[in-house]
Amino acid sequence: MTQPGDVQDPPQAAEGGSDLVLQGVTKRFGDFVAVDDLDLTVPQGAFFALLGPSGCGKTTTLRMVAGLEVPTVGTIHIGGQDISHLKPYKRPVNTVFQSYALFPHLTIFENVAFGLRRQKKSDVERQVDEMLELVELTPMASRKPGQLSGGQQQRVALARALINRPQVLLLDEPLGALDLKLRRQMQIELKRIQTEVGITFVHVTHDQEEAMTMADTVAVMNAGIIEQMGAPKELYEHPRTTFAANFLGQSNLVRGTVGGGDGSNVTIDAHGARLVCPRDRAPAGISEVWVGIRPEKVFLAGAGTETADGSNLMRGGVVTDVSFIGVSTQYLTRLPWGQELMIFEQNSGARESFRVGDPVDLHWLPEHTFLLDAAQDASAGVEIEGED
Amino acid sequence: MTRLGKWIGDHLILAIGLAVLFYMFLPIFVVILMSFNDPASKQSYSFDGFTWDNWANPCDEFGMCESVLLSIKIGLSATLGATILGTLMAFALVRHRFRGRAPANVFTFLPMASPEIVMGSSLLALFVSAGLSGQLGFWTILVAHIMFCLSFVVVTVKARLAGLDPRIEQAAMDLYANEWQTFWRVTFPLVFPGILSAALLAFSLSFDDFIITNLNAGQEVTFPMFVWGASLRGIPPQINVIGTIMFLLALTLVLVGELGARRRARR
Repeated sequence: MTQPGDVQDPPQAAEGGSDLVLQGVTKRFGDFVAVDDLDLTVPQGAFFALLGPSGCGKTTTLRMVAGLEVPTVGTIHIGGQDISHLKPYKRPVNTVFQSYALFPHLTIFENVAFGLRRQKKSDVERQVDEMLELVELTPMASRKPGQLSGGQQQRVALARALINRPQVLLLDEPLGALDLKLRRQMQIELKRIQTEVGITFVHVTHDQEEAMTMADTVAVMNAGIIEQMGAPKELYEHPRTTFAANFLGQSNLVRGTVGGGDGSNVTIDAHGARLVCPRDRAPAGISEVWVGIRPEKVFLAGAGTETADGSNLMRGGVVTDVSFIGVSTQYLTRLPWGQELMIFEQNSGARESFRVGDPVDLHWLPEHTFLLDAAQDASAGVEIEGED
Repeated sequence: MTRLGKWIGDHLILAIGLAVLFYMFLPIFVVILMSFNDPASKQSYSFDGFTWDNWANPCDEFGMCESVLLSIKIGLSATLGATILGTLMAFALVRHRFRGRAPANVFTFLPMASPEIVMGSSLLALFVSAGLSGQLGFWTILVAHIMFCLSFVVVTVKARLAGLDPRIEQAAMDLYANEWQTFWRVTFPLVFPGILSAALLAFSLSFDDFIITNLNAGQEVTFPMFVWGASLRGIPPQINVIGTIMFLLALTLVLVGELGARRRARR
């Protein structure tokens, strides 16, 4: 497990800062621990994604920040103010709900105006008009939510929350109900709006692509804890748990034993192949490891082909499956010890193509290798087909 | 299928449908027609002649208008009592987890399921054994009516409330509405159609009730009791005037509700 975030203690309001800080937050429902001793700091103005499968505690975390659940243990601060036990309507936080939860009996205008009216703000008309302009819904102002499409309702939900200029905007699977094309469009739109308004966005999703596209920082959550947190590229290129390796994209994990190394590299013996991995990509003090490599980082070569010096090389593979996907070809290759590895080859024309049954060698660059503790479950976080 | 078969298929269903509607509405037509009857004698049940008299002077029939007023008074009071109590019960049963919730859910159905004559007589026994045999009247009728209307209100409001997504109320709280504002601005307007139909149901049940009322009314005479009493001597045509007015009133309410719903849908 990595250190999730740089938690300041005690939480302090930096100059004008309104960081969202969760400290030791645990939420139990009866015997079930939904969120387990969570420490998290979301800097002001960040686009932060909580990514994980359903039931991992991400929505519960969000609801605790919104005030819709009370933490069993721990505190939540925004800008130094303890909000752990404030009522939802006393928090400088607004939420875009999953399935939107628009007020069906109010017009779009009144839906958007709701928060301002409750706060007795002046100038409601102008602000609502401006907000409807921003989300391009001005012509719909006098309609009811039931008369709008899913994408339009989504924008109303966003406008209704955003108009209050909260310090933190919470988004609970906000794009889950939209079809793929609209989702892509809204991802870009949300990112643009976030950059424009500069409000902290905390976005909960189970869609790894969505999290990586939109967020500056992604926290991968599983079974109530944060497995790993960082920039999307960092998470993808250097996963630190098998769950993170499998949940974000796909990974090949091969069993190996660390055998030695020098100052900058470690060497691993994996089923007889001698592999090299940079020391900073290996957990310290662990000898039984999973050797990880992303499918698109592996190159296939005909059996016995000379490869560049210093490459990691595994010989004796046999192609067992070939899927042509357009931009790439996806190969399954069985290695002598029976394990099947996945390889994506770009269809650039520069790469040789193979057929089922062809004997092949696998090679890749040592700096793309990562090592994980072999005590972890190699199939953790593997996405189950059909489970969206 | 032959052409004849197709013709029958096309028209028979329509004919049956019209026949069923005719069957349903015939009693109402008779009531409306008889409100203009000028009966030859007290015992006459046939249409003997047309007159406006019944409509011009409905209260000429001794005691009838008093009974209608009493029924309306009881109906409105019972509706108010049952709707408030029943709505609160429905909220408790749907929104709160408490010990004994499941049995409470079942028990609210019991008054609906038990025969009226049994409830009426047991209520009478209860009132009498409580020493109220001399006080039977408006209040005992009201208590009885609220009791049997309550289950219907609970069931109706519960159905509406169960269909209400709790996230809508959470959204209101998230948007700076406190508990009070959330209830009056979001929950109540959304549940109101259920409460309204529960109230209308309660009123018609109360206004209509004969069996339970008859056993617990003491010296009071409600409209259904009046009709029953009158029918032993021959039904006076003024009763049909009241019947027609009630029918027109209900029809108007339904039409207004329907128009309102359509206008809301179009906006």
